[in-house]
Amino acid sequence: MSTIPITPEVADEPWVLPDKGTIGMACLIVAESAIFLIFVVAYIFYMGQSLGGPTPQQVLELPIFVTICLLSSSLTLHWSVAALRKSKIGAFTAWLAATFTLGTIFMVGTGMEWHHLIYVDGLTIRTNLFGTTFYSLVGLHATHVIVGLAMLLVALVFALTGHVKQEHAHRMDVLSLYWHFVDAVWIVVFTVVYVLGR
Amino acid sequence: MFVLAITLAIFLIVAGLLTYALIRYRHHNLETYNEPAQIYGSNQIELAWTVVPALIVVMLFLTSSRVILATQDSTKPADAVDVVVIGHQFWWEYRYPKLGIVTANELHIPISDPAHPTPTYLEMSSADVVHSFWVPRLAGKMDVIPNRVNTMWIDPPTPGLYLGQCNQFCGVQHAKMLLRVYADTPEAFAAWVAEQKKPAVEDPSVAEGREVFLHSACVNCHTVSGTMANGRFGPDLTHVASRDTIASGAVNNNADNMKKWIDDPSTFKPGALMPPMHLNEHDLNAVTAYMMSLH
Amino acid sequence: MADFVTSLPSLEAIDATPAQKPRRLMTEILYDWVTTVDHKKIGLMYIGYALLFMVAGGIEALIMRIQLAVPHNTFVSPEVFNRMFTMHGTTMVFFMGMPILFGFGNYLIPLMIGARDMAFPRLNAFSFWISALGGLLLYYSFIGGSGLYGAGTAPDVGWFAYAPLTAKAFSPGHSTDYWTISILLSGIGSIGTALNIVATIISMRCPGMKLSRMPLLPWLYLVLSNMVFITVSPLTAAQIMLMFDRYLGSHFFDTQAGGSAVLWIHFFWIFGHPEVYILVMPAFAFMNEIIPVFSRKAIFGYPAMVAASVGIGFVSMSVWAHHMFTVGMGAGANVFFVLSSMVVAIPTGIKIFNWLATIWGGKVRFATPMMFSVGFLFQFLIAGLTGVMLAAAPFDWQLHNSYFVVAHFHYVLVGGILFAFFAAFYYWYPKVTGRMMSERLGKWHFWLMVIGFHMTFDFMHIPGILGMPRRVYTYEPRPGWEALNLIVSIGALFQAVAILLFVINLIRSNYKGEIAGNDPWDAWTLEWSVTSPPPVYNFATTPVVYSRRPLWDIKHPEDPDWNYE
Ligand code: HEA
Ligand code: HEA
Ligand code: HEC
Ligand code: CUA
Ligand SMILES: [Cu+2]
Repeated sequence: MSTIPITPEVADEPWVLPDKGTIGMACLIVAESAIFLIFVVAYIFYMGQSLGGPTPQQVLELPIFVTICLLSSSLTLHWSVAALRKSKIGAFTAWLAATFTLGTIFMVGTGMEWHHLIYVDGLTIRTNLFGTTFYSLVGLHATHVIVGLAMLLVALVFALTGHVKQEHAHRMDVLSLYWHFVDAVWIVVFTVVYVLGR
Repeated sequence: MFVLAITLAIFLIVAGLLTYALIRYRHHNLETYNEPAQIYGSNQIELAWTVVPALIVVMLFLTSSRVILATQDSTKPADAVDVVVIGHQFWWEYRYPKLGIVTANELHIPISDPAHPTPTYLEMSSADVVHSFWVPRLAGKMDVIPNRVNTMWIDPPTPGLYLGQCNQFCGVQHAKMLLRVYADTPEAFAAWVAEQKKPAVEDPSVAEGREVFLHSACVNCHTVSGTMANGRFGPDLTHVASRDTIASGAVNNNADNMKKWIDDPSTFKPGALMPPMHLNEHDLNAVTAYMMSLH
Repeated sequence: MADFVTSLPSLEAIDATPAQKPRRLMTEILYDWVTTVDHKKIGLMYIGYALLFMVAGGIEALIMRIQLAVPHNTFVSPEVFNRMFTMHGTTMVFFMGMPILFGFGNYLIPLMIGARDMAFPRLNAFSFWISALGGLLLYYSFIGGSGLYGAGTAPDVGWFAYAPLTAKAFSPGHSTDYWTISILLSGIGSIGTALNIVATIISMRCPGMKLSRMPLLPWLYLVLSNMVFITVSPLTAAQIMLMFDRYLGSHFFDTQAGGSAVLWIHFFWIFGHPEVYILVMPAFAFMNEIIPVFSRKAIFGYPAMVAASVGIGFVSMSVWAHHMFTVGMGAGANVFFVLSSMVVAIPTGIKIFNWLATIWGGKVRFATPMMFSVGFLFQFLIAGLTGVMLAAAPFDWQLHNSYFVVAHFHYVLVGGILFAFFAAFYYWYPKVTGRMMSERLGKWHFWLMVIGFHMTFDFMHIPGILGMPRRVYTYEPRPGWEALNLIVSIGALFQAVAILLFVINLIRSNYKGEIAGNDPWDAWTLEWSVTSPPPVYNFATTPVVYSRRPLWDIKHPEDPDWNYE
């Protein structure tokens, strides 16, 4: 319509719209939150409803260390993207590697916890309602961490091979949005499963 | 009814306006064509058609709420009849805890004199999947859910047979999970209760059929009081012959149908959870005779 | 009028595309479609795929109606009947309604907001193919439901699949697994496309198109897409739980282990009710475009329409338990859900009245799209009012799960949504193919559909009131039931003929239809400014708009819209 014969007298305001990557990720986060919400509701609904043991009181321990790791990884990722924005590729790579490591520690911690629960306490997803809701909620979160780790790894590989430049800060922003979301969900899961649920 | 009247009135008004507008403003002749006046909206009018429906909604809501509260929060009179209703895949179990009766598929209740109401309170639960208890002329419906007890009450003032049917899809034979409620006069009800409380008839002429019954798989699923048959998977058969129908209202109760049923339940109810028993003709006749003796 | 727009210089430039395309190999064309990331092609694939499923779902409906035409019929076995309504409901909602909605959205939104494609073209293709896979799996269950030797099974648990009927104990075999997985996949596809639509609408509008100038169709898609995030996700979560139950032996809905059947019922309807609003939003959207054009007036009360849509979006999230008045909730909960359900009537009423006001004082042209729109208006009105009746819980205690409910929701789904879709087909077909659909066949289609629709679904209310439950494969011959069911079944045949004519019309007009030109309806939104069919890049130069009806401004430079907004 650039050829519209007449145009109203409007001031030529600049036409800027929000970034589509950010919008897309925000939408994804809303949708994912709804999924988590349903799993959390199911967890709370079945709290104390199991017909047999083991109960959370008997077997769950507070995963303080891995929680600290996961939460601090949000911080390191933030610094990493900040560094990238200032074009400090070295700092960016280092912080990214730190994030990845912290995330991996978290996953290893979860793995060890599950191993103990399954082989020592005899709690599986089939055992009782606690097992059912516990493994699915924590497992759903762990799946998201793994997806996040995979994406971090990709970014890390690109960084190490020198493919990441300042102009990619945008994409790292979107990724870090996801990672912060995963961390935030952990706070909810932690509260529900390990604090309220015990 | 009030709701119906209101919605009907709304329909007539809106549909009338719509028809009028469509006829009045229709336009065929595209030659002598110029655009009509453009109107973009009017705050007053729009406010009006927000507020008026809002008022109607409040009215409808208040009337509905009154009925809900009156039905759900009513108190249970002392001489109410209690029945435990248990839904099973494609049949109904009825237990009268105060009277010590267990029966199936045909529910007997006393009529309720409005002056001295003796409503029947149904405590409903399910042994397997979700069912729903619906006898349209007696009351609304109530779902019958495993792990959960729902209560409803009915108080028909006139005697008679009230038909209904399971109303929540529960598997293959949901369609033939029929309901029969017999509202009896107090005398007839008392007679029925006395009859049901007796142990199973022991008619010597069908002793052979009884033996066959007790020595086949029937006993795993059915109960006949006073015998070793105490299965609970299928209907209680202690007084099966006293019922008008078998298989949850699917067919009339007579020797012929009974025989066909025991031979192969799927003739009447394909998908029913009673397996064909593969009895030989002789045993089949004997068991049928035994069943028909269980008044 | 049509050639007026063509005379615009920038449009002539586009017209210069070669008229004769060289013939290409079948496989090349196929390759093109399968690998495409063009929003228009993906949109058309969505629509074509939805039409296939509409015929499949329709044939299932016909089978049910033949079975129910007379009492004690033995046309199909109970097992088959149960599969038919499950497949019919699932198909129509997830594989007809959702894809057709996303199809139109995909095709129209970038054109209407002056964008060259969707925000994430590859995600778009991915979403389509994952939904398509879902539909394929659902129908594959006919073969694969019980493994190879149990051929001929399909899900038979109803479209809302109440637990614990879906548990392994009550639904052995794999048919229910196919059901969950296909819905899971379609859900992922829906979320993907919805995400794409939101990002496109927020981030890709052409200069000048503020949200307050955006046509109402993108607005409604924006609302419905946001609803998809909040409501399809819970369904996805519930399906994951069900899969865990069936595959891993967990106990979410296992009543033997203390699990709750009611939890599933809540989860399903938390999705289910907003879902029906997701389905009806595009119908509203089409009305918002079609009614003004054929009444020759601007939409009445644009801000109110937007507000009402957003309002419906919010309120519809809080009404789900009106499907659960009979599960034995407390009086307080029942009262709450009565109120919230009835409140939806207010914003919906605003829409109806605004359409009425749009027609009022206009010059109404009864072309086929407008006829279907008029059908929509009347039928949706009745449907909404029966909905309000059902929302009165004491009514619902009687009518829940009866044929009255079936009549209510077909009134909305067929009388409302399907009619609106037909209107949209007749309206945008010229844009998509460059040719008009036959008006004569269109009128036949309309009248047969109206007759069939009313025979089927008007008379279906009465057996419901008389106590006929839904999902029964047969019924006892009772007074009233027989004659009514027969009429209902005959009506379904009329609908089948009507839809057959529609399909013929769709195909035939592609070759024989009158050439349409860019703007056959003399409309006002941006998609009519490009050639029909639109070029791959949509707009040669990015358009700039100054009002809600950019083409009106061009056609009426003496009285442009921006003076009033
Ligand atoms: C697109 C689909 C769609 C739409 C738009 C609606 C719209 C509505 N529906 Fe419907 N409904 C379904 C699809 C839909 N429904 C389906 C599929 C089922 C069954 C699912 C199943 O069990 O399988 C169902 C079932 C269903 C039930 C449960 C019945 C039961 O199973 O027992 C109820 C109960 O409240 C209900 C209510 C409503 C209400 C109040 C509206 C309202 O939104 C209607 C609002 C519109 C109007 C009221 C008309 C216009 C307004 C005016 C002219 C203003 C003036 C009016 C007043 C003030 C009243 N619906
Ligand atoms: C958008 C959704 C939608 C649509 C369009 C329809 C359309 C129709 N529906 Fe459906 N219906 C549902 C959604 C829908 N339905 C849902 C959600 C349920 C609940 C399921 C459940 O209980 O689980 C249901 C249930 C349902 C039942 C109740 C089953 C039961 O409870 O026992 C019935 C019964 O009559 C029915 C009938 C019809 C009919 C006659 C049509 C007609 O309008 C169909 C018209 C279309 C055709 C007839 C196809 C035409 C095309 C052809 C025939 C072409 C021919 C081509 C060749 C021969 C190659 N439907
Ligand atoms: C595996 C369990 C099982 C076995 C074994 C079994 N039944 Fe049944 N029976 C049922 C079930 C379940 C029903 C209810 C079927 C329905 O109505 O859907 C039933 C119903 C009946 C009825 C109808 C009762 C009524 O009130 O409607 C009769 C009579 C009956 N069975 C007799 C027998 C006899 C006789 C045998 C043995 C020869 C037998 N059953 C073996 C499960 C069983
Ligand atoms: Cu029991 Cu349907
Ligand atoms: Cu609803």
